[in-house]
Amino acid sequence: MLEIEGLRKTFNPGTHEEVRALDGVTLTLERGSFTVVIGTNGSGKTTLLNAVAGSFRPEAGRIRLDGTDITRWAEHSRATMIGRVFQDPYAGTAPRLTVWENLALASRRGLVRRPIPLLRSRDRAGFRAALARIGLGLEDRLDAPIGLLSGGQRQAITLVMACLRAPQLLLLDEHTAALDPRSARQVILLTTELIRERNLTTMMVTHSMQQAADCGHRLIAMHHGKPYLDVQGAAKAAWGPARLQELFSRMRRDDQMDASTERLLADRYA
Amino acid sequence: MTLLVATLAIGLVLATLALGSYLSFRVLNMPDVTVDGSLPLGAATAAAMIVAGYDPFAATAAGFLAGAIAGATTAVLHMKLAIDALLAGILVMTGLYSVNLRVMGKSNVALSGEPSVFAPLAGLLERLNGGPRVAIGRWTVGTEDLAALATAGIFVVVVTVAIWWLLRTEFGGLLRATGENQRMVRALGGNVGVTVGVGLALSNGLAGLSGALLAQMQGFADAQMGIGMIVVGLASVIMGLTLVGEASIGISLIGVTLGSIIFRLLVALALRAGLEANDLKLITAVFVLVAIALPKLIGKGHARGEARRA
Repeated sequence: MLEIEGLRKTFNPGTHEEVRALDGVTLTLERGSFTVVIGTNGSGKTTLLNAVAGSFRPEAGRIRLDGTDITRWAEHSRATMIGRVFQDPYAGTAPRLTVWENLALASRRGLVRRPIPLLRSRDRAGFRAALARIGLGLEDRLDAPIGLLSGGQRQAITLVMACLRAPQLLLLDEHTAALDPRSARQVILLTTELIRERNLTTMMVTHSMQQAADCGHRLIAMHHGKPYLDVQGAAKAAWGPARLQELFSRMRRDDQMDASTERLLADRYA
Repeated sequence: MTLLVATLAIGLVLATLALGSYLSFRVLNMPDVTVDGSLPLGAATAAAMIVAGYDPFAATAAGFLAGAIAGATTAVLHMKLAIDALLAGILVMTGLYSVNLRVMGKSNVALSGEPSVFAPLAGLLERLNGGPRVAIGRWTVGTEDLAALATAGIFVVVVTVAIWWLLRTEFGGLLRATGENQRMVRALGGNVGVTVGVGLALSNGLAGLSGALLAQMQGFADAQMGIGMIVVGLASVIMGLTLVGEASIGISLIGVTLGSIIFRLLVALALRAGLEANDLKLITAVFVLVAIALPKLIGKGHARGEARRA
């Protein structure tokens, strides 16, 4: 389904702040699989997601989605196949447009924008049903500017928008990290339900060990721009939140060690 | 009375400019300086073609097209070469100054005695009326002035309906979203290069149209006539939207036209009150400054939070 091969990306190459964000990542996601990606800050987890989404061009490597090589595709072209939800709960919607207008735009994701009215009354019932699914009473706010809603409400709607046209691949980038705990629980519940119902191939980056333990079929821990741990099925079940936390502490210590070594070397040889 | 009719007519002609400014400033959320060059470009193109014997309607359409090309150029500089939007506009505007002189061949072109888009209606009115002056109550107005007012009104109605229709289409929705959240537009498969390009082309096309009409109305095109036009457009948009609000696209568009007319009336009143024409640009600039700064100064903390959220 999604095949990543030897993907490489270095930020600020040739400078003091050079970061090898992706260091030759090779990965294959099966159709209908739900993969959770974790990792410390700077481990490359979000970079991996953005590489697949097309936010930048990698230096090396291939990305194939559904058999098509999309490595050189522009971000907006990939959107025909990919649905996304960002960490920033305000990033997925246009505030001055109404809830209905936002949904209507999303329902044409990756399709030609036709010279016909965006809002058609016969679509209304479908959008109401999609919003009712969230369970926050948002179906009664179709005509409100979406900027009036809370971050949690907007993030839930962004998730619904990403799935209105079933995407071949759903990319979730720490999409509950900026929400209050209650909203985060609601959004993650909705996420798992939508993914299960539609059997969506999903890659979800998360900061939450609980989510990493509870969600998905497969767990990948990124470290230094590469998958460090990659487990699925029964093997994944063995990784509870406590054990993941322990792994995290180890990776973080490793990061610090690297940083201090670097300083030491820099001091000595600079 | 003639003064009032002439003021209203100019207000309507500049309303097409203001509707363009609404597209760039309000819809795309992009202050676009190109209009200072695209308005006189439209005027120069139309004037040169009329003098060369072309049909005034064709010449006016060419004025629109020329403005649109100027706007598309700014969009390419901004989107493809990643030049700051303001700088891209300044570059195109500056370049257009020379282009406008080339198009006209000199710094101004007189159109007195040439056919204009106002002529057909003026002829009709004169035939119906049986003379060149119409009595309205105690006053009389020239049929030519009335025809100019009516023709400009027709242009404004056509433009308003066209923009209203466009902004409500699927593409128009993407255009409006582009001004608010380009990241979202890309994630939904929209090409922001295209939406910004179309938006700026339309916006400057309308400035060009406005220039073409203005040249025919005042009887000449001038290389200097674009100076400060961005501020005139913004002033109309701000005044209009403050007055009627933005409950819907239709209401906003009507508000922008009202804003343009009111702005012209205020200018006429100020001039009558003895203000020097030379001071107008300073006063307009200060007005726009106050109109933009005041809401921010009043609700400082609140407004900042909103801006970040948006």
